Amino acid sequence: MLEALDLQFTILLLSNGVMIGLMYSLIALGFVLVYKATDAVNFAQGEFVMIAGFVAVGALTVAGIPLWLSILAALVAMVGFGFALERVMLRKLIGRPIIAVVMATIGLAAILRGLGPFGIFQGTRPLPLPLRDEPFILGPLFIPPIQLLGGIVSLVFLAGFGYFFLKSRKGVAMRAVADNQQVAMAMGIDVERYFGLAWAMTGVVSALGGVLWGNMLGVDVNLALVGFKVFPVVILGGLDSIPGAIIGGLIVGLVENLAAGYIDPYVGGGTKDFAPYVLMILALMIRPYGIFGKRIIERV
Amino acid sequence: MLTLNNVEVIYDGVILVLKGVSIVCPEGKITTLLGANGAGKTTTLKAISGLLRSERGDITKGSVELAGTRIDHMRPHQIVQRGVVQVFEGRRVFEHLTAEENLIAGAHTVPDRKRITERMERVYQYFPRLKERRYQQSGYLSGGEQQMLVIGRALMSEPRVILLDEPSLGLAPMLVEEIFQIVQRLNREQKLTVLLVEQNAALALTIADHGYVMENGRIVLEGAASALRENADIKEFYLGLTEVGARKSYRDVKHYKRRKRWLN
Ligand SMILES: Nc1ncnc2c1ncn2[C@@H]1O[C@H](COP(=O)(O)OP(=O)(O)O)[C@@H](O)[C@H]1O
Ligand SMILES: [Mg+2]
Repeated sequence: MLEALDLQFTILLLSNGVMIGLMYSLIALGFVLVYKATDAVNFAQGEFVMIAGFVAVGALTVAGIPLWLSILAALVAMVGFGFALERVMLRKLIGRPIIAVVMATIGLAAILRGLGPFGIFQGTRPLPLPLRDEPFILGPLFIPPIQLLGGIVSLVFLAGFGYFFLKSRKGVAMRAVADNQQVAMAMGIDVERYFGLAWAMTGVVSALGGVLWGNMLGVDVNLALVGFKVFPVVILGGLDSIPGAIIGGLIVGLVENLAAGYIDPYVGGGTKDFAPYVLMILALMIRPYGIFGKRIIERV
Repeated sequence: MLTLNNVEVIYDGVILVLKGVSIVCPEGKITTLLGANGAGKTTTLKAISGLLRSERGDITKGSVELAGTRIDHMRPHQIVQRGVVQVFEGRRVFEHLTAEENLIAGAHTVPDRKRITERMERVYQYFPRLKERRYQQSGYLSGGEQQMLVIGRALMSEPRVILLDEPSLGLAPMLVEEIFQIVQRLNREQKLTVLLVEQNAALALTIADHGYVMENGRIVLEGAASALRENADIKEFYLGLTEVGARKSYRDVKHYKRRKRWLN
């Protein structure tokens, strides 16, 4: 009897971990796309998610726009934001040391956190989605509807982006840009357009993340903290790998939930937030390019 | 026809590298640009392809014209669209992409899918070895295959003019010969105009129609390839042959600087 309960508990933790993990993967994908294509490290990824949440809730509750239009508004706003950011700020930093871009995005994160709520609304607001409250019960699985939605949306978009990169001509061009900017330029690829595209794609995943996480956590400045999950995900998976983002997200989701379920009761909580970072540091020591990250090819 | 008129190039606002270079590449001909390391050959090609700006280089005087239209202030992708493509030295494949993906990337400026497929078949005709390796990650191809791939990739953009930067560098003589023969065939069969940069003057002059010799950012000698092959200084300095036909190394030609007879 006890063992059956135990198993049930473990399965619950695992299924939770997978669903949440996929949502981490989706957000991490934004980070990976930008890093892959432009070599920029985006420390404002969490703030992108937060801004998307503010736009969606602002449109819904302040402006009174229907839900689907509010979500669309968040998508359009974040794509536009991505394009504009590349154009205005990041293009100027091309060719500078990576630390310049890092500092710029950290600065941007601080500014967004400060300005995000400004003029839209104060405090925490819910972002209700038309989902039922009771979890779906599939055999031993117990899945809250928002997690199921999050998992499915993430999978669909991860597959979509994956297909784009592997099969489409634009995807090949984008990988060419990621591989060697100067040679890509020599092939007639307008490199800056692809930088813009990468940032716009980050806008898309941020908007989706903003709506999903906004629904689970409520929308306020703390929504940006989701961004902190991105670093262990991308370090584990490899900064420039899409399959890596998926695997990394799953690992972080699982580790977090298992830590919360099995370690927290003994130490009084909180392990969930740092367990992925322990793993990240171990990964950095053992496999610095991540599970799927690309190694520099050396020929002999 | 591609022409450079008195082109001056400065890097970083202060480093003067090209000091008034004039070159003519007639349509359907192979023109070669010879010169020692650091002479400014690669810079000349970048001045044509518009790739100087990404290295903080600038054309400060003169002009580059393609069939009478100035292209020196165009962006690289516009220049590729007009039919001029540069192949870098050092076999710079997109190493994480497969051979075929490299070709697809090379066709970026071609809008029509059908034309891309036809073009790819044509490239595979000239370089059958690439077809065998089409699904392999290009970073792991052999040096010769990589050189074929970068030339094939450039051909995907349907160029009228191809700028080849030292395709012989670091390859075994047999392979170099094979690649040069293919370049020659492309020139004859496809009416491709070629500007071939080489340090291997002997080989370049066997397939070229016309040649230029560059030194310190200036053209110091030009002429028909056949005439350059017979020129005593070229023979001695670039072909490493003395009058009696013995091989001579660069260091042995000490009196070279004093004797630059083409300058007088
Ligand atoms: N990006 C650059 N910035 C500054 N100087 C450069 C740059 N590229 C080349 N040079 C200099 O220009 C000169 C010519 O270089 P290059 O055109 O590469 O010669 P080549 O191809 O004939 O060997 C060299 O002295 C080189 O140091
Ligand atoms: Mg060179």
